[in-house]
Amino acid sequence: MDKPPVIAVAGLRKFFPIRRGLLNRRVGDVRAVDGVSFSIAGGETLGLVGESGCGKSTVGRAVLRLIEPSAGTIAINGKDITTASKQEMRALRRQMQIVFQDPFSSLNPRIKAGDIVGEPLKVHGVGRRDEREARVAQLFERVGLRAAQMNNYPHQFSGGQRQRVSIARALALDPGFIVADEPVSALDVSIQAQVINLLMDLQRERGLSYLFISHNLAVVEHIAHRVAVMYLGRIVEYADKVALFAKPLHPYTEALLAAVPLPDPALKRVKHRVEGDVPSPIDPPSGCHFHPRCPYAEARCRSEAPVLRDVGAGRLVACHLR
Amino acid sequence: MAPVLEVSGLNTVFHTRRGLVRAVQDVSFSVEAGETLAIVGESGCGKTITALSLMRLIPQPPGEIVSGSVKVDGTDLLRLDDRTMRQMRGGKIAMIFQEPMTALNPLMTVGKQIAEMVMLHDGLPKAAAKNRAVEMLQMVRIPEPARRAKEYPHQMSGGMRQRAMIAMALACKPKVLVADEPTTALDVTIQAQILDLIGDLQREFGTAVLLITHDLGVVAETAQRVVVMYAGRKVEEGSVSDLFARPLHPYLRGLLGSIPRLGSARGLALSPDERLREIPGMVPALSDLPPGCAFAPRCAQADAKCHAQIPPFEAKQANHFAACWQA
Repeated sequence: MDKPPVIAVAGLRKFFPIRRGLLNRRVGDVRAVDGVSFSIAGGETLGLVGESGCGKSTVGRAVLRLIEPSAGTIAINGKDITTASKQEMRALRRQMQIVFQDPFSSLNPRIKAGDIVGEPLKVHGVGRRDEREARVAQLFERVGLRAAQMNNYPHQFSGGQRQRVSIARALALDPGFIVADEPVSALDVSIQAQVINLLMDLQRERGLSYLFISHNLAVVEHIAHRVAVMYLGRIVEYADKVALFAKPLHPYTEALLAAVPLPDPALKRVKHRVEGDVPSPIDPPSGCHFHPRCPYAEARCRSEAPVLRDVGAGRLVACHLR
Repeated sequence: MAPVLEVSGLNTVFHTRRGLVRAVQDVSFSVEAGETLAIVGESGCGKTITALSLMRLIPQPPGEIVSGSVKVDGTDLLRLDDRTMRQMRGGKIAMIFQEPMTALNPLMTVGKQIAEMVMLHDGLPKAAAKNRAVEMLQMVRIPEPARRAKEYPHQMSGGMRQRAMIAMALACKPKVLVADEPTTALDVTIQAQILDLIGDLQREFGTAVLLITHDLGVVAETAQRVVVMYAGRKVEEGSVSDLFARPLHPYLRGLLGSIPRLGSARGLALSPDERLREIPGMVPALSDLPPGCAFAPRCAQADAKCHAQIPPFEAKQANHFAACWQA
């Protein structure tokens, strides 16, 4: 048997209760994540894509147990962490970290950047004070900041530099797995490339595994090895990157790819647009969640939810018609 | 054909505690009826301040439009009194924003807001104005427009609100539509719908559209001509096909090289093992610009002259302009 995947998630669900009335009764659920399974090998990047409200960020937080999953199992390096106690989780967090989208709200404005990056080391009691400082200085240099900037406060950094601070903090404990939740979406175009290159270099050096959450398909195509497409809490397509982008099978994936504006005026594409908005996850459509917007939908799609099934070569699609 | 919108020599500054910040320096461009001109650039390049200057929506103080003219159908907006300017806004020149809630009144139904606009500008009686509001909502393809007109903005989804704002902006059939990042906050499938919608309405009404965006994909798919801004100045201008096929300014070349492109899996773009081309460094602060070309500190081709003198904005090829000593 090969090494177990760095992270394996099975049947992950996260429902948020909707409470109403005087007695605060539970009248329903927002099914933010509704049965999601995937695994990521060492040194691999899984791209998790979808539009706002599809549950991709909830997945990112639930697999780290930053929010408690409603159901499902999560295993890190073969060890089930779904029921790990708070204390056990604290130790496990050394192996898994997160980088958030907004480097303006995810860094404490009152703490010096060097202390932000050194805090995980302190919390986990790694090394003496001077050793920790040397390690932080190393991390600063590695992510492309100067060690002298350790004394600066977050507001003294630009957006791209703040994201570098976030990445340095995530790397401090030498984790094997990092959730990157829209890490470049708030950055200017010319800065995005710097951060993407940094993430890919770090992966090569350290054999990191990423769950890379993004709505930007071009970025995902560049950075990911495999891709999972989510729609209203479920994975609708899960495939090798090359296969997925070369020929999307799920009508939603197809629609997403067709909607991305391409930076090449010479390409005149046939526009096939999906109509309508993403429905509310409080009251998702029956059957296949995508059927009201799907140009190919048949009677069966309205009544019966398609299962995510293998269509060959490890490619999974949840569609009755493909 | 004479341009509908003609901006020349626009200079907008902000008086701040740290001194004078020149947010827009010597910006000129024109847009014809039915044409889309895109202004692209990154945060702080002055594109939004340019748009707000046209609308005379710059808060004064600290802002000040120090010189230039903004002509719509020959009338210079910068010389109008406030009352006349209010009639121009919404009537002849309208603006839509990234975040529709900045333009929509949360306490008034969407239908009433649009009706109020047309009563004010076109002098329609109340009943006719209400009908126009419903018509406009239908035109922006909001389903069940009569029912939706009675809804408040918070009852609508993001894409729907964007449509409502577009309906309001176009209700008086303005000659010029200024669209500031109109789809940036939207999901990609909704973005495609909104861009199609703006294009369709533009063709129908012959509106001149000034599109402000940072997204080169959106530019390539919607604009006919492009102005690239960096640190408050124009650095390149030309037709969309010339700019993407033969970018002249190292900044634009860098931008085009730094974006990952869909299609690498099919061998259409660079392979995923290749590093993206980076533009080193970052955009300079407008309060602390270098003496020469503002891009010189990040530019691989910069020489002593670039660091010392600001390059003139001039024609480098037919209908293709750039501000660069090296191009």
